[in-house]
Amino acid sequence: MPENMIDQIRENVIQGRVSSDDEGMEEGMAGQPGVTELVEQALESGVPIRDIVSKGLSGGMDIVGKKFEAGEYFIPDMLASAEAVGAAMDILQPRLAKSGIKTKGTVIVATVKDDLHDIGKNIVTILLRGAGYVVKDLGNNIDTQVIVDAVRDEKPEFLGLSALLTSTMARMEDVIRSLEENGLREQGKIIIGGAPVSDEFARSIGADGYGADGFQAVAVVEALTAEET
Amino acid sequence: MAREGIHVERPYERLNKDQVELIHQASMEILQDPGLISFNEEAVNIFHSHGAEVESLGGDHRSWHVKLPEQLMTSALKSVPKTVTLGARNPDNSLVMNGDQPKVYLITGSETNIWLDVEFPEYVHKSDSSKKIRVPEFKPRRGMVEDLCQSARVCEHLEMVDGFIRNVNIQDRDITPENKDVNKFFASLNNNTKHFMSGLTSLDQLDNVVRMAELIAGGKKQLADNPIISFITCLVKSPLQFVDDTTSTFIEICRRGLPVAVSSSPQAGTTAPIKEAGIMAQINAEVLAGIALGQLVKPGVPLLYGSVPVRARMDTLSDSYGAVETSQYNIDCVQMARFYGIPNYSTSGVCDSKIPGQQSSIERLFSDIVVAMSGPQYLHCAFGLLECNSVFSLLQAVLDDAHFKMIKHFLKQPRVDQTEIESVLKQIRSVVDTPQKLYISHIRPVLRSGEISGLYPFEGSGETDQVFELAFDRMEELLAKPVQHIDEETTARIFAEVPGILPRLNVYERGS
Ligand code: B12
Repeated sequence: MPENMIDQIRENVIQGRVSSDDEGMEEGMAGQPGVTELVEQALESGVPIRDIVSKGLSGGMDIVGKKFEAGEYFIPDMLASAEAVGAAMDILQPRLAKSGIKTKGTVIVATVKDDLHDIGKNIVTILLRGAGYVVKDLGNNIDTQVIVDAVRDEKPEFLGLSALLTSTMARMEDVIRSLEENGLREQGKIIIGGAPVSDEFARSIGADGYGADGFQAVAVVEALTAEET
Repeated sequence: MAREGIHVERPYERLNKDQVELIHQASMEILQDPGLISFNEEAVNIFHSHGAEVESLGGDHRSWHVKLPEQLMTSALKSVPKTVTLGARNPDNSLVMNGDQPKVYLITGSETNIWLDVEFPEYVHKSDSSKKIRVPEFKPRRGMVEDLCQSARVCEHLEMVDGFIRNVNIQDRDITPENKDVNKFFASLNNNTKHFMSGLTSLDQLDNVVRMAELIAGGKKQLADNPIISFITCLVKSPLQFVDDTTSTFIEICRRGLPVAVSSSPQAGTTAPIKEAGIMAQINAEVLAGIALGQLVKPGVPLLYGSVPVRARMDTLSDSYGAVETSQYNIDCVQMARFYGIPNYSTSGVCDSKIPGQQSSIERLFSDIVVAMSGPQYLHCAFGLLECNSVFSLLQAVLDDAHFKMIKHFLKQPRVDQTEIESVLKQIRSVVDTPQKLYISHIRPVLRSGEISGLYPFEGSGETDQVFELAFDRMEELLAKPVQHIDEETTARIFAEVPGILPRLNVYERGS
């Protein structure tokens, strides 16, 4: 029975179905339980959280990744699956600590002050959540001070900054300087992204990493996590 | 089952109702004064027996002045079928056309003398040998029967090609005026299961060609029900002359009841007035006169209103298909044919450019889009044709197919109805309520339904334009794909009963 539930969770991650309302990829799936309902059921039946996460959610995402690479899946499919995993993680979050499982880490993301562009940052958020990170999204047009305060309070492993304007990319450097001044720079790794920024720019302002798109954002975070451990 | 075609719900039209009526009236007047000159005696006799005034003209060539009263025209045009069905070896490839209905089928054509081979030599940057590019090199040569086979094969697999007009003039040493027709028909029909249309080189070959088609279709009656072949005849020589031999051919085809496109190709500036009203009044008169003749020969014979108007180039006075006026005339003709309810054979995509490239892309796409929008039923859209129809390039045909996919997508009707509005309102309300405010998850249901158009299929990676290289790969892929040949038994019967087909075209005896 538990194996069957995990299979179903994995299958619904592949289908990208958050809840029973979602259609998924194949016909006739609407109405049947989606990932969130299945995770609740699995928890009730005592399926170990570790198995739900590794075999169900991550297992499903691995297959989605392969389908994407093979050209069978498109970005909207990938995002739907990532959203399903993210929603499942929301349910599991409070129980993870209790069962002694460490999450992959927390990421705070924000689009810097005076910049309203948030589509890219939102996609990065969905994909990071889909990869199993806890993401706290501060929003767009965020004051440097608000970001610094959040880092102090939440103690995230990562801070992700987004800027789409050449006039606002300098704000990223402000954030880093301010974190240094507040003795918070070593708290976590800082990654940046957005159309006008680059790897070179990241290094020049003292950030730890740069991602050209949502997939690279996940890859950079994973690579930096691996360096740590 | 017929092919889908492109439904154009609200066709683009240039002429208003009054202008259509004026052109119609002017054409009727032209047919009475100055009337036609016919070099074909049989046509003269047919018109005469139906009330036309005829007068023999002197000179080296026997010719007659024919004045067609409006009443003759009106009554002859009454029997023109509004619906024409063009059959196909594979009946799912049939074309059903209704003169009132702007549904577009895309057809290849015309007979080109030159076949363009392409190679991709590599060029190395003079001062940096690590920089290399591959640039297409086009090599023209005479078209051969094997080229026609190849073209038929690729066109079989090109999704947007609805019907095949032979597009290579076969000029092998062993092709003679006597065996040319049977070979072009066999090469095309054996490598393509779509509808096949062609001109006839020699009237003597008509019955051989028809016999071949009967054998393939399964008999006389089967061919009548599923006319897998049709003909195109340019019996008119502008201005207003019926030529002798093609008119005879036309009359004979009509007698056999097979579908024919009656076409006229006046050139504005030289063989027709340079003014739109003038070329329109004239071409309409020319085509209608041909159609009337066909109906008088055999009432009810399926005919297409064939219009290939073109403007003259001002530098050489040869055809300029790339001229924007050429598209205007074509669109006007589509509208005139619809006025009479006769399915229209129209032209687009012909370019002045000699090789595939920017000029050819711009010229052909321009007319392909606007003429397709006007809703001709049978659009000769020059797949692969260059230099005013004298050169054929398979590579260009592959490109044209991709571009017509875009045009077909563009011409889809908007889906706006109560159910759709309700569903999008629900979507908007639910997305606006989420923190991320993105509609991405709603893309998925439409992503695979074909509702969203695809990426440009020949988009390269990096900074270089790789359109030709990628289209070439696609062309090679299509050439390697098998086609369904005519079965062995039928092939044997065709070779036994139809004289003159080159033995090397028999796919069942090649190896032996
Ligand atoms: C959509 C858009 C808008 C929308 C934003 C809507 C929204 N909700 O975000 C609106 C209309 C509001 C807007 C407004 C403006 N815009 Co604007 N906008 C764009 C546009 C067309 C696309 C941006 C986008 O969403 N791309 C799609 C996403 C998926 O890509 P992305 O953002 O690059 O994100 C990806 C990566 O960069 C990376 N990434 C992003 N963030 C992060 C973060 C991390 C940590 C990591 C690792 C990776 C990462 O991953 C993402 C996913 O793959 C760009 C053009 C462009 N080529 O970028 C102009 C553009 C950015 N805008 C521009 C301008 C000028 C403006 C305005 C000033 C216009 C005006 N005069 O009012 C205003 C500024 C408003 C403001 N104060 O911010 C210019 C900027 C030029 C410059 N000087 O830098 C651009 C480049 C257009 C242009 N060529 O002129 N814009």
